[in-house]
Amino acid sequence: MSELPSTPLPAPFPAAGNITDADREELRRHGILMTSLEELYNWGRSNSIWPLQFGLACCAIEMIAAATARFDIARFGAEIFRPSPRQADLMIVSGTVTKKMAPQVVRLWNQMPEPKYCIAMGACAISGGPFKQGYNVLKGVDRFIPVDIYIPGCPPRPEALLHGLMELQKQIKREHLTGADAARHTRPEVPSEFPIPAYGAHDLEPTMNPAVWKPAPPLPRSGKA
Amino acid sequence: MSVSDLSSFTPSSGPTVRAVKDPFHGDLLEVSMGPQHPSTHGVFRMVVTLDGEVVVKLKPVFGYLHRNHEKIAENTTYLGSMPYTDRLDYLCSMTTNWAYALAVEKLAGQAVPDRAQYLRVILAEMTRLVNHSCLVGFLFNDLGTSFTPLLYAFREREKILDLFEALSGSRMMCNFQRFGGCRVDPTPEWLAAASRLVDNYPRFLDEYETMLTANEIMLARTQGIGILDAKLAVNAGITGPCLRASGYNYDLRKVDGYGFYPRFDFKVPLGAHGDTYDRYMMRILEMRESVKILQQAFRDLPGGPVMDPKAKIRGFRPKAGEAYGRIESPKGELGFYLISDGTPNPYRYRVRPPSLINLTLLEEMCLGHTIADSVVILGSVDIVLGEVDR
Amino acid sequence: MESLEQIRDRLLARFPGATVTLVTNPGVAAEHSLLLDAAHGAELALFLRDDPALQLDYCSNATGVDWPDKEITDVKKTTVPDPAGGAPKVVEEKTKHVEPGCLEAVYHLYSMALRHGPVVIRLRTANRSDQVKLPSLTPVWRSCDFQEREIYDLYGIVFEGHRDLRRLLMWEEFKDHPMRKDYVDPDDYEWEPTPHAAVLERAKAHYPVPPAATPPEAPKP
Repeated sequence: MSELPSTPLPAPFPAAGNITDADREELRRHGILMTSLEELYNWGRSNSIWPLQFGLACCAIEMIAAATARFDIARFGAEIFRPSPRQADLMIVSGTVTKKMAPQVVRLWNQMPEPKYCIAMGACAISGGPFKQGYNVLKGVDRFIPVDIYIPGCPPRPEALLHGLMELQKQIKREHLTGADAARHTRPEVPSEFPIPAYGAHDLEPTMNPAVWKPAPPLPRSGKA
Repeated sequence: MSVSDLSSFTPSSGPTVRAVKDPFHGDLLEVSMGPQHPSTHGVFRMVVTLDGEVVVKLKPVFGYLHRNHEKIAENTTYLGSMPYTDRLDYLCSMTTNWAYALAVEKLAGQAVPDRAQYLRVILAEMTRLVNHSCLVGFLFNDLGTSFTPLLYAFREREKILDLFEALSGSRMMCNFQRFGGCRVDPTPEWLAAASRLVDNYPRFLDEYETMLTANEIMLARTQGIGILDAKLAVNAGITGPCLRASGYNYDLRKVDGYGFYPRFDFKVPLGAHGDTYDRYMMRILEMRESVKILQQAFRDLPGGPVMDPKAKIRGFRPKAGEAYGRIESPKGELGFYLISDGTPNPYRYRVRPPSLINLTLLEEMCLGHTIADSVVILGSVDIVLGEVDR
Repeated sequence: MESLEQIRDRLLARFPGATVTLVTNPGVAAEHSLLLDAAHGAELALFLRDDPALQLDYCSNATGVDWPDKEITDVKKTTVPDPAGGAPKVVEEKTKHVEPGCLEAVYHLYSMALRHGPVVIRLRTANRSDQVKLPSLTPVWRSCDFQEREIYDLYGIVFEGHRDLRRLLMWEEFKDHPMRKDYVDPDDYEWEPTPHAAVLERAKAHYPVPPAATPPEAPKP
C-alpha cells in the first residue's frame, strides 16, 4: 500500500501525539484518566471479537474445545460465535480448505462487514498441511483471502488458538484510525471483497488471486540442483 | 426468483433459496442448508425442499471436505498412511488407527501380542466414551440447548484426552497403533489414572442422564421422530448404534469377535422403535457397557510386550494379495480394503466410511418432518465429515 | 457358509448363460472372490441376496479399482545351431504386447441374518476408455447408492440402472476421474518450502534455476 490517495487525509487526532506516556502516567496518579479515541476504540474492539461459527475439519473440534470450560475463550471476549457472517468480526479458518469449499469460504469472507480479520488455524489452512498433495486441496487459504494470523499445528492446541487470538488483539490495538498507516478498514480504496473462484473442468478458475497472494521468491539453492 | 420444476436439482454452485413448483404440493421452497451451517456438523450440505416447514425432498451434497485420503495413501507407504487415518474420524483416532492396523495385519498375516490386544480394547472403548458423550452434546445443541450439555461432555473429553496425550503425545491425533502392536507401553501410573477415570465415569453418566434423558423438550422433540425401519436399514448398509436402535442385533464386536472382544462380558443394547430417542439412548447404554468392558480390561491386562518383536517396521512389504478388515467403530462398521502388489505402497487403499453410508437413508428418515426435526435426525445419525468425504 | 466353488457351481447351474470365474487371492488373507460377467451381474447379485442358504443381505463395501493397460515384454529364446559347426547360439526375440486394462468394481457382501461372510464379487468393464458400463447393484442393495456414485466420480465407471448417478465428491463441472492411476493433478505447487521430495520437485519446476551463487570474496587483510 505505498500509493496514497490524492485527497489529503485529515490531520492526526491531537490527543495521540501531544502528550507523552510519562505525562499520562503522571495524570493517572492524580486520578485523571487520559486516553485517545483511537485507543479506546481499539481496546473495545479487540476485547469483543465475535468469531464466525464456521468449522471446516479437525481443527474445528479444537476450536470448540477452546470455547468450553477448560480453556474458556470467553476470557478474551471472543466466545460469541455467530452463525451469520454478517455479524462476525473474525473468520477462523479451522481446517482443510478444499477446492470445492474455497468459493464458499471466499463468499463468507465477502459477506463479513469491515473491520474483519482472518485466522488461518492449522497446517491445512496455512498450506494444505498433510493433505498438500491432494488434487482437491487448496494449498493455503491465503491464495484467495488475506490472512492476519497463522497458527501452526495439526491441529493446534486450544492454547495455541488462544495465543493466536491474543496476537490478533495486539495487532488490533496497534492499528491507527488516521494517517498514512491507517488500518485497512478505514481506507475505502483497499478492497474488502475478493473475486470468488469458479469451478472449472480440472481445477478452480482462477487457481489463486494474484492481488492477494504472490508466490514468494524461490529458496536459494545451488545452480546444479 | 425463477420458478423451476421439483425434479430438477440445484447443481453444486446454485442459489441458496429458490422457488420450486410441483403439481401435487403446489408452491415449494428449495433451501440449500450448508456447507456453512451451524447445525450440519461441519461442511455437510443438504438441499431441502420444503412445503411450508415440512420436508418434501432432501438431497445430501458431499465433497466439501474431500481431502483425497485414498489417493495420498496410494502414493505413500503402509505406515505413512497411519497419521492420515487419525484425521479420518477426528473424534476417534484410536479406533480408526485400529481398523487400519487390523486390515494391514490381515493382509500381512501379522500377529499381535496379548497386551497390545487388551490395550487396543481399552483405547477403543475410551474413544467410544469420548465420541458418544460428545455426540450427545452436539445432539442437544441441535435441539437448542445452546452448549450446556456439550460443556459437560467436553469436561469428560478433556480428561480422556489428557490420558491420550500422556500416552501418545497428542490430544486428538494419536497415531498410536502399529502393524503388530502398539507404539508405547503405558506406565502403571497411566493405567491407574485411566482405571480411576473409568470408575468415575458412571457418575458422570448419571449426572448427564438426570439432565437429559427424561427432559420434557427432549421427549417431545425426539420420540417418534425419524423412524428407521430395520429391514430397510440392513439393505442400506446402516451399521452401528443407528442400526441397533432399530432393534437389529448386529455388533461386529460380537459377530466378528475381532481383537480380544470374545473374552469380555458385555451386552449389546437394542432399541425398539428406531426413532431419534432410541438412537440417543443407544449411545448412553453403550457407554455403560463400555465402562464394563474397560473395568474387565484393566482387571485382566496381561504383561508382556506391546509390539510383536518379529514385526517389520522399515521396509514393510506385504505379499501381493488383498484383504478387507473391519471393526465396530463408534459410528458403525469402519472397514479398510487394501490391495497389495508387493511394493511398499498399497495398490488400492479404500476406506469404508460408516458416516457416509449411514446417511443413505437420511431422506427417508426426514420426509414428513419439519426442517427443525431434520436437523435433530441428522445429529442423531452421528457423522464426522472427515470420514464422510475422506 | 458354502465355499466359493460351491457358490460358483450353484450360480452356473441356475444361470446357464452366465460366466462366473473364481479369482484367487494369493495373499495371506486368502479372501478369494467371484468375477461375475457384467451382462448378468444384476440378476446374479439378486440371487446371492435372496438365496435362503446365503442370504447376503448386506453389501458392506463397494469400491472401484483401476487396472491400467500393461505393456508386457515377452522374451522368446530360440537355439540356433551354428552352421559352421560351433556351439549353438541362443537368440532372444523380444516382442511387446499390451494387455488391455479395465476398471473393476468390488463388492464385499455379508449376511447379517446368518452372520457369515464376506463373499467378494467383482465386475469388470471391457476397457478403460469407452466401454465403461456396468450394471448398478443399487436396486439390490441400497448401500451401494453413494458408493457407486463415488466410483462413478473417481473412476468413471457408468452404472446402468442407478437412479441418480451424479458426481458424489467432486463438483459437477469437473471432468477428470482422479483415482485413476494415470490421472495428473493440477500443478499448483507454486512455492512450497518443504523437504517433501515429490512436492519440492514439482514446486521447483515453476522457477528457473538461479545462477550459481558467486563465492564470497576473500576477506581483505
